Amino acid sequence: MSSDRAHADHTHEHPSWKQYKWVALWLTVITALEVWAYYIPAFVASPAFKPTLLIMSAVKFTVVVMFYMHLKYDHQVFRKLFVGPLLIAVITLVAFLFLFGAVRIG
Amino acid sequence: MTTATAGAHAAHEHTHYTTTGLDNRKIAIWAFIGSECMLFGSLISTYLIYKGRSVVGPFPHEAWTSPAGQVFKPILNIPVTSASTFVLLMSSLFMVLALAAVENKGKAGYEGLLGSSKFWLLATALAGATFLGFQAFEFTSFVHEGLTIRTNLFGTTFFTLTGFHGTHVAVGVLWLMTLLFIDLKRGLGPRDAILVDICALYWHFVDVVWIAIFTLVYLIN
Repeated sequence: MSSDRAHADHTHEHPSWKQYKWVALWLTVITALEVWAYYIPAFVASPAFKPTLLIMSAVKFTVVVMFYMHLKYDHQVFRKLFVGPLLIAVITLVAFLFLFGAVRIG
Repeated sequence: MTTATAGAHAAHEHTHYTTTGLDNRKIAIWAFIGSECMLFGSLISTYLIYKGRSVVGPFPHEAWTSPAGQVFKPILNIPVTSASTFVLLMSSLFMVLALAAVENKGKAGYEGLLGSSKFWLLATALAGATFLGFQAFEFTSFVHEGLTIRTNLFGTTFFTLTGFHGTHVAVGVLWLMTLLFIDLKRGLGPRDAILVDICALYWHFVDVVWIAIFTLVYLIN
C-alpha cells in the first residue's frame, strides 16, 4: 500500500512552465492553420481537406490530453478510464455514420 | 491508537486513497470524463448524421433562398468562432498555470504573477465567461437570421450540441469562481492541489470537446 502511494505520488510529475508555453503556441499555430485551410477554396474542394483537418484536430486533442490533462505523466488507471470510453464513443460514432449513410466507401 | 499513528492519520486527513493508491476523487473525475466522452460522442454523431438533410434553410455553409424569395447567407461565422476557440485554448493554459501555482506555492521560481493562483483562476474564469459571451452573441445572431432550434434539422442538432457544451463551460466557470472564492478566503496551497486538479481536468475536457466541435461542425462542410 505504501509503495502504491509512493508510486501514485511519483507519477504526479507535471510539465514545466516552458513546456506549457510551447504547448499553447503549437495549439494556436495548428488552429490558425485549420482556419487558413478553410479559406483556400481549391484546398476545400480537394479530397485532402477533410483528412487534413481531422488529423490536425486529433493532434490538438491528443496534445491537450497528454500535456494539459497530464495523462502522459499520470497513473495508467486514468489513461484506461479515459481511452476506453473514448474508443467506445469513436467506434459508435463511426458505426452510426456508416449505418445511416452519412459516410460511404467508394 | 498510538500518538505516532494518530499523527500520521491527521497528516493524511485530506487524502482519500483507494486500494489502488490513487485519490478516489481523481478516479471519479476521470470516470466522469469517460462517460462524458460517450455523451458528446452521441451528440456529435447525431449532428453528423443529420448534416445536409435539412429540408429548409438557413444552412451552415451554403446560401439558401426561401420559396418567398428571401435570401439567407451561410449562417456560420468562422472569424468569430475562431476567436472564441483561441480564447478557450488560452483558458486551458491559464488553468494549468493556476494548478502549477497551487502545487508549487512558496517554492522558488513561483514568486510574483506566475505563483499567483488567484490571478490564473480569475483569468481562466474570465476566458470561460468570454467564450460564453461569444456563444451568446452567436446564438442571438442565428435567431435574428432565422435559425432557431425548431427551424430545421441543422438548427436542432447544432443548438443541442453547442448548447450542451456551453452549459458545461458555464458549470466550469462556476466551479472556477468557487475555487477563487476559497483561495481568497483562506488561500489554496499544495495540500489543496487535488481540488484544483479535478477542476482543471474537467476544464481541459471541455476544451478538447470544443476542439472536436470546431473542426467537425464549423470547418468541415
